[in-house]
Amino acid sequence: MQRELEIILTRQLASYLATPAFIVDPEGNLLFYNDPAETLLGHRFDETGEMLAREWSTLFSPTDANGAPLPPDELPLLIALRTRHPSHREFWITGLDGARRHLVVTALPLVGQAGRVLGAMALFWEGEAQ
Amino acid sequence: MKVALWGTRGSLPTPGPETARYGGNTVAVEVRADDNSVLVLDAGTGIRNLGRTIPGTTRRVDVLLSHLHMDHIQGLGFFAPLYVPDMEVHIWGPPSPAESLRSRLGRYMSPPLFPVRLRDLPCRLTVHEVPVGDVRIGPFTVDASLVCHPGPTVGYRITAGGRALTYLPDHEPALGVRGPLLRDGWTSGGSLAEDTDLLIHDGQYTDAQYEERVGWGHSTFDRAVEFARITRARKLVVFHHDPDHDDVTLARLMNELVARSRPSMPVSAGREGEVFTL
Repeated sequence: MQRELEIILTRQLASYLATPAFIVDPEGNLLFYNDPAETLLGHRFDETGEMLAREWSTLFSPTDANGAPLPPDELPLLIALRTRHPSHREFWITGLDGARRHLVVTALPLVGQAGRVLGAMALFWEGEAQ
Repeated sequence: MKVALWGTRGSLPTPGPETARYGGNTVAVEVRADDNSVLVLDAGTGIRNLGRTIPGTTRRVDVLLSHLHMDHIQGLGFFAPLYVPDMEVHIWGPPSPAESLRSRLGRYMSPPLFPVRLRDLPCRLTVHEVPVGDVRIGPFTVDASLVCHPGPTVGYRITAGGRALTYLPDHEPALGVRGPLLRDGWTSGGSLAEDTDLLIHDGQYTDAQYEERVGWGHSTFDRAVEFARITRARKLVVFHHDPDHDDVTLARLMNELVARSRPSMPVSAGREGEVFTL
């Protein structure tokens, strides 16, 4: 299936960024994450490939600062998709390499011409260790 | 479906004996169905000669603009059907989030750049912002998609009688791509060109030129062949020739391209006056 041009260009931009980036489609399904994100998520994109929203949103076992699991609809990417507004928060994940990491995430919706919702992109950083 | 090239040059008209073979007019392509319905792709300076061949009995012409850079609209004011009362002229082009197509076209078709305003044309003019997806125009099915080029730009796939033409005159599918072009829907314009019978594709630059012009919205010869290969196009016409490529240079570059890339489909440089029957 042909991707929307804006999504193609977003992936190409992400592939050049030193900042970890994660891109999802309008349903929240994972389309791409870049090399810097691989370090934090603990797995290469070439190995995981595209994933359904319900898969990636639980795969990394996101929790809040107190260790309580975060439901998928409280993750910034899915909030940005749902509200069509940027979303920002900090949380903790367990990478596929087993390492626990503190992430600071900003997600923004990708809206094309005529209001077409194309997906969302998250940029994230590693926060202070817990 | 017949496809005629009336203008093959990119960026700037380059008339003169040194460009007589491939042509000096900027881009304009005629697509004619078996029932004589006419589509015109882009309105570069080649559209002037094209317009003079449209019979007075024709009642409707559709002009499909890929984008509004000057080399694609410069001939519009000299397109004869615009001055025929009762002629139905439909102009289609890419939408913009900021301004309507009619308003953007009006910037050129108004003083001081041009003496005749769009609203003063005697024809029955309708301006359409081309929808994403299919639209039916007479016997043609026209599919438009945004493609990689600065500013709102679309490519077209035109189907009639079971044959497909893909028109991507200004296209940089390799922007930001470090290795081979990506597959599985990740290359701009890919769905428009998939299994097409004739692919008219940007091939303005040599590799050396491209290194200085990344992001300007154009392809190299080799990327055009690679794009044709991954989309399984059956024939490639390299198009939008650089003003610096005279006939001798262009012929040499094409020979080198074919020797180097060994394309799996016929490849040629578009020549003004050339006609393809699909």
